[in-house]
Amino acid sequence: MDSKSLEPSLYTVKAVFILDNDGNRLLSKYYDPELYPSMKDQRNFEKNIFNKTHKADNEIAFLEGMTIVYKSSIDLFLYVVGSCQENELMLMSVLNCLFDCLNQILRKNVERRCFLENMEGAFLIVDEIIDGGVILESDAQQVLQKVNYRLVSEPAYGFVLFDHITGNLQAQTDKNQLL
Amino acid sequence: MIKKFDKKDEESGSGSNPFQHLEKSAVLQEARIFNETPINPRRCLHILTKIIYLLNQGEHFGTTEATEAFFAMTRLFQSNDQTLRRMCYLTIKEMANISEDVIIVTSSLTKDMTGKDDVYRGPAIRALCRITDTTMLQAIERYMKQAIVDKVPSVSSSALVSSLHMVKMSYDVVKRWVNEAQEAASSDNIMVQYHALGLLYHLRKNDRLAVTKMLNKFTKSGLKSPFAYCMLIRIASKLLDETEGGHDSPLFDFIESCLRNKNEMVVYEAASAIVHMPNCTARELAPAVSVLQLFCSSPKAALRYAAVRTLNKVAMKHPSAVTACNLDLENLITDSNRSIATLAITTLLKTGSESSVDRLMKQISSFVSEISDEFKVVVVQAISALCQKYPRKHSVMMNFLSNMLRDDGGFEYKRAIVDCIISIIEENPESKETGLAHLCEFIEDCEHTVLATKILHLLGKEGPRTPQPSKYIRFIFNRVVLESEAVRAAAVSALAKFGAQNDDLLPSVLVLMQRCMMDSDDEVRDRATFYMNVLQQKQKALNAAYIFNGLSVSIPGLEKSLHQYTLDPSEKPFDMKTVPLATTPITEQKTEIAPVATSKLPEKLAPSRQDIYQEQLAAIPEFQGLGPLFKSAEPVQLTEAETEYVVRCIKHTFSRHMVFQFDCTNTLNDQLLQKVLVQMEPSESYEVLHYLPAASLPYSQPGSCYTLVRLPDDDPTAVSCTFSCTMKYLVRDCDPNTGEPDDDGYDDEYVLEDLEVTVADHIQKVLKPNFGAAWEEVGDEFEKEETFALASVRTLDEAVKNIVSFLGMQPCERSDKVPENKNSHILFLAGVFRGGHDTLVRARLALADGVTMQVTVRSDEETVVDVILASVG
Repeated sequence: MDSKSLEPSLYTVKAVFILDNDGNRLLSKYYDPELYPSMKDQRNFEKNIFNKTHKADNEIAFLEGMTIVYKSSIDLFLYVVGSCQENELMLMSVLNCLFDCLNQILRKNVERRCFLENMEGAFLIVDEIIDGGVILESDAQQVLQKVNYRLVSEPAYGFVLFDHITGNLQAQTDKNQLL
Repeated sequence: MIKKFDKKDEESGSGSNPFQHLEKSAVLQEARIFNETPINPRRCLHILTKIIYLLNQGEHFGTTEATEAFFAMTRLFQSNDQTLRRMCYLTIKEMANISEDVIIVTSSLTKDMTGKDDVYRGPAIRALCRITDTTMLQAIERYMKQAIVDKVPSVSSSALVSSLHMVKMSYDVVKRWVNEAQEAASSDNIMVQYHALGLLYHLRKNDRLAVTKMLNKFTKSGLKSPFAYCMLIRIASKLLDETEGGHDSPLFDFIESCLRNKNEMVVYEAASAIVHMPNCTARELAPAVSVLQLFCSSPKAALRYAAVRTLNKVAMKHPSAVTACNLDLENLITDSNRSIATLAITTLLKTGSESSVDRLMKQISSFVSEISDEFKVVVVQAISALCQKYPRKHSVMMNFLSNMLRDDGGFEYKRAIVDCIISIIEENPESKETGLAHLCEFIEDCEHTVLATKILHLLGKEGPRTPQPSKYIRFIFNRVVLESEAVRAAAVSALAKFGAQNDDLLPSVLVLMQRCMMDSDDEVRDRATFYMNVLQQKQKALNAAYIFNGLSVSIPGLEKSLHQYTLDPSEKPFDMKTVPLATTPITEQKTEIAPVATSKLPEKLAPSRQDIYQEQLAAIPEFQGLGPLFKSAEPVQLTEAETEYVVRCIKHTFSRHMVFQFDCTNTLNDQLLQKVLVQMEPSESYEVLHYLPAASLPYSQPGSCYTLVRLPDDDPTAVSCTFSCTMKYLVRDCDPNTGEPDDDGYDDEYVLEDLEVTVADHIQKVLKPNFGAAWEEVGDEFEKEETFALASVRTLDEAVKNIVSFLGMQPCERSDKVPENKNSHILFLAGVFRGGHDTLVRARLALADGVTMQVTVRSDEETVVDVILASVG
């Protein structure tokens, strides 16, 4: 598949994107300006990848000459793209970190609605994990610490009230610690 | 439209996307609340998110509106809400290219980057560097240097990574931060370590010595970060590759030691580095293969994939090294990830025994429809390799391939299959008829013009020589009726070849040609008319010259010559012999299956190496009267690899002269060479006419000087000559750092290795697809024959290789491949001798104690025949 070994470089990630279960783009970042420079190409690429990966949760694929690691959760699909010579495990560590962070800030509700409600958190997380294609941090705890993001979710206040009424203060403090 | 979306959302039940129907203008309108006091962080945050979301969706923002929103956003720096501030940084980065005057936020960002709040500092640095240009970089240089060595890891990492991004733009400034980066590299934080290493390498990568030093330091001190280890392994293997270091080098030991690292990522990187090294012996591969074997049973799909993909690569070169993993690979055949299963099977096909082939092929055909085109190509490649290994299995393979050919698939995939079938046909003459039949069936319904024309060409070449040529005519003529212009034209050419070769088919072919002459396309009509007239002459020589063996000139060269001819009208007819010949004749259908990682660039007709040289030489006034360039040889090294000056020579042959091009590189950084020329002392009656020196040769910038030599006119048989070469030049010592040379220099010289001119330099390779026809065409007027005994040669294969490389002629009809277990062989060689004389050589070889060779040479010029026979003897 390739003959030349990789030029040593920190530029590991070519693209990251998150799609919903219709293959629509929710968030996407392309780090290599030579890879799909136009929006149309990017969308085509995403569609193509989605069509070939959404049926089976296979974790890794080789498509359009690129190594793609992916993960799905309910109606969200997370993708990390690297060159075909890239160390697959490096890409995997980025994907895992991204997923763990989302899992934390969305309180284990890694699904489309909750994700969209906390879009800014997702933007900040991606920004802290990868900077211009360089892996900035791959430890989820570190990323969360840096982002220091608080869940924005209206129902949470309802829960607080509910907890208050029912006297379930223990649960409330637990939740605060989680945050 | 909107209704439809709503309905869908209701159906999916997951609630609607709050960002779905965002209007850019409405969002920008909303952005006005940025100006309200007091700032409402919640609402502003939401609007910023919408803006970034829109940008992310590819919404286009005009410069004015973007700038307006950007300026409004700057007000939000007054708020102390953390998330809001972070979103401001993101907005700055996203808008850096679309808004004007983004530098307005420089002072705010500088304040945040140097402030007390650690949460802001890292992201502020990254945002600041995104909007900074070279001139402004100087202003923040002090802060950057401090940030790189900051004790907060996120600050240090951000500064290092941003510096790396800026290397492209302002290398000279960032280079000054090397000491800080060095300090950061010894940080305790693993990411800081990794980023520092990356930056250091990037700044030093052109200085091999510095890279070596850096490697030594880090490999000894040890690193904590697995990422940094992977980086080190890559640097080490690149250095090994460049220096052609032996595998006893400490770098290799380092890479091998990483196989015992406790992090899988590092272990895999090391194994992959070893596997990719050229010339690795099986023993050196063994430890890498055994760690990959362990990974094959990992629960992580990515690791299994990585392992089996790398093993697949090992199996291409060293199948025996992978045999130990066969059992593990067998287990992966049923892996739920089809990519892994495919790679496992194709690896097994390369390593397994002949008996397991049938079983594996059955396995793979059960799910071949489920895998992506990329992997189907991998399967085809494996089959192709297998056919070479087990020629007896070709019928199984051929069946499998023809089934694959019927399935749906993209162009790359179909091309791989067609190439594979063609190579099987060439390897196994007994599979020719089945193969051609499958291909005929394929072109009946083939949407790819390139493939159809390729197959038609093959049919034209191979079809007439089969026992029943008539059965192909129908398939070919169907194309004339049904297909596009390019395919029709190719079909006409193929038909003509049947008519030329098979006398009994000629009348029918002529009838069909007549039908083709009424085609609606010019090209098709022209071809048909041309072939019709040639065929009607019924002359073997004409058939050979115009139907079987086409033009052998270089197409860009022909274009140029014709253009020249039209510019300069003369009475003389255009002479084909003045056109330079095509240099790299398409090696007789040696099909290289294209790599899977297909480049998306459209294939262009790249000018050949020789066309480039022709251009370069023609630009030099001294060489303008020499006529067209006849041949450029491969470069010859005239120095050892690691010497002060590296010189290689390219021999350019013209009809009466030779130009020697010396590409010189000065590897001493404290010297500037001037007036460099290579003095040549010929051993024969060659005459050195002119030296063209290279004016100046600074450190590590290659330059060329030329020597023009006249070939002896009076003795055309003097084709070989030895030159002793000396490089002469003026040295000016200079400061290694600035490159500033001293005022005065001194003359010096440097003895190079001798340069040989041999008979091969006077002959250009030409491929005659139909050697027999060409042999008749040249005729026996100047035929000479002689017998030689090659005592030192032990095998026929070796003899063939020696003759081919000695004469520098093109083997035809795949006669350079000696069938196994044969005691005799006939080699056909074709070429054009300097001056445009077609030359053909037929060498009959017989193996007894040594090899006996009977050489028959034909040419249209007697001296050429003599020259060749004399040089062989």
